[in-house]
Amino acid sequence: MTALSIEHLNKTYGNGLQALNDINLSVEQGDFFALLGPNGAGKSTTIGVITSLVTKTAGRVQVFDADLDDNTELAKSYIGLVPQEFNFNGFEQVKHILLTQAGYYGLAEKQAEPRADALLKQLGLWDKRHTPSRALSGGMKRRLMIARALVHDPKLLILDEPTAGVDIELRRSMWTFLRDINRQGTTIILTTHYLEEAENLCRNIAIIDKGRIVENTDMKSLLNRLDKETFVLDLQQPLTDSNLLQDIVHHQVDSTTIEIELNRSDSLNGLFSLLSERGIHVASMKNKVNRLEELFLKLVEPSEKH
Amino acid sequence: MPASRHPQHWIAFKTIVTREIRRFLRIWAQTLLPPAITMTLYFIIFGNLIGSRIGEMEGFTYMQYIAPGVIMMAIINNAYSNVASSFFSAKFQSHIEELIVAPVPNYLILAGYVVGGTTRGLLIGIIVSVVALFFTDLTIQHYWITFTMVLLSAVLFALGGFINAVYARSFDEISIIPTFILTPLTYLGGVFYSINLLPEFWQNVSLINPVLYMVNAFRYGLLGISDVSVFWAFAIIVLFIATLTWYALHLLDKGTGLRN
Repeated sequence: MTALSIEHLNKTYGNGLQALNDINLSVEQGDFFALLGPNGAGKSTTIGVITSLVTKTAGRVQVFDADLDDNTELAKSYIGLVPQEFNFNGFEQVKHILLTQAGYYGLAEKQAEPRADALLKQLGLWDKRHTPSRALSGGMKRRLMIARALVHDPKLLILDEPTAGVDIELRRSMWTFLRDINRQGTTIILTTHYLEEAENLCRNIAIIDKGRIVENTDMKSLLNRLDKETFVLDLQQPLTDSNLLQDIVHHQVDSTTIEIELNRSDSLNGLFSLLSERGIHVASMKNKVNRLEELFLKLVEPSEKH
Repeated sequence: MPASRHPQHWIAFKTIVTREIRRFLRIWAQTLLPPAITMTLYFIIFGNLIGSRIGEMEGFTYMQYIAPGVIMMAIINNAYSNVASSFFSAKFQSHIEELIVAPVPNYLILAGYVVGGTTRGLLIGIIVSVVALFFTDLTIQHYWITFTMVLLSAVLFALGGFINAVYARSFDEISIIPTFILTPLTYLGGVFYSINLLPEFWQNVSLINPVLYMVNAFRYGLLGISDVSVFWAFAIIVLFIATLTWYALHLLDKGTGLRN
C-alpha cells in the first residue's frame, strides 16, 4: 500500500516565489524514505503541505487511503510530525505536552497515559516529565518532539531535520530508535542535512532542488551510479619517493597521507597488493567524503549554473 | 462513508478547554488577582468616596447602581484578554502548529478557545461579585436574564479576542484594541452613569455602543432597571456573536495569520 502519494504539487507563495514546481512523489508503506535538498529547495514546504501547515496552490496529496482535501481529518490522523524548529508551549510540563497532543488526536487520557509514559522512558525523558519544556536541553527538546509526534501512534512519521544540532552520541541513539519504530511498521520520511544519516537509515530517496524532484530512486541504485571513489590512506612510513605511485591517480597530502581515486570496477585488494609490493604499508583508510555527498553535489550543482 | 469522529472531537474539545483553564489558573497572579484588586479600588473610590456625594441614581445608591457595570466590565475584559493573549502566545511560540496538524476541525479550535475565555470571564465575574458584596447588597431580580447576559457577553468578547489574536503580529497588537476601543466603549457604556443624564445627541450616539446594551441588560437582571430595551440588548448581542463566529471561522478556514 502507498503511504504517501503526491501528484502535481505546486506552491507559489504570496510574494510570487514558486517553492514547489510539479512535485510527484510516492512512498510505500513501511519505507524509510529520505527527502534531500539544499537550503530553500522546497523540502520544508513539501512537508508543510502534507501536514496542512502550508496551503498548496495546486495538486493532490493522499495519505494511505485518505485524500488530504476530501478526508482531511483521517489523513491528518495518520501523520506524526517532528518539525525542524522547537514548537512547544515552553511553560507546559513535558508529560502534559504529550497528553495534550494525544487529546488533540482524540485519545482519552486513560489511553494516552501508558503510551506517553512508555515514550518518555524509551527516550530518556522520564525524570523530566514534570519539568516545563523550556527548561530542557536542546537534545531533550528534540527527543520530546519525537515523543510528541509518536504519542498517537501514527502510521506515517515525518521528521524535518530531526538531528540538527544534536551531538553524535545522541544522533546515533536517535537513529537506533527510529530504525526500531520503522521495523515495527511505521513508515518514516526524513529530511536531513546529514547525508550520512540518509545513507545509514533510508532505503529510498528523493532529491529536490529549486522546487523540482531531480532524483527519486532507491539508495542502492543511486550509490551504484557513483563511478569513482576517493580514499584517504594514512601510511605507516613517510612516502619519500612519489615515483612509486606514478601509475596510480593520487594526490599526496603530506608525507604520510595520500588520496587515491579508484574506479568502481577496481578492486581494493588489488590496490593493497600493489602498495605492499612497493613497500608502502597502510595504517588506516577512510572515504574522502561521504559517497552520497558526492552524488548529491553532482545532481544539484548543474542546476546551480543556470 | 468515513466513520464518525464525534468521540474524538469531544476529547479534542475537552483537551483545548482543559489546557486553557490550566493556563489561566497557573498564572493566577496575572489573571485572577488584578481584576479583584482593580474592582476593589473602583468600589472604594467611585462607590464609597465619590458615590456618597453623588447620592441616588435611578432610585438606587450609587454603589448599587455601578456594581452591575463594574462586574460586567471585569467579565468582558477578562474574556477578551484571555483568548487574545493565549491564542497569540500559541502563534508566537508556534505551538498552535500542534493544533493545525492534528485532526481537529476549525470550529472546535474556536469553540475550545472561546469556552476557555468565557470560563475565565465567568470566574472573574464571581470573584468581583464577591468583592462587591463587601461594599453593597446584591440581589438578583431576574435570574435568567442575569446569567444569560453574562454568558453571552463573555462569549462575544472571547470571540473578539480570538479575531484580534488571529490578526496580531506582535504583543503590542493585542493591546491596541483593548486600549483604544474596548476601554472607551466600556467607560462610555453606561457603567458609571445612566445615559438619561446625557444630552439627547449623546444619548443617541451611546446607542451604537454594544457594551451599553450588555451593561444595561445585566443591570436589569440585578436591579430591574435599564436605559435600553432588554429584548433589543439580547437581539443585538446574539447578532454580534453570530457575525463574529462566522468571521472567526472564515479566518481559520483561510488560515489567516496561521498558514503560509
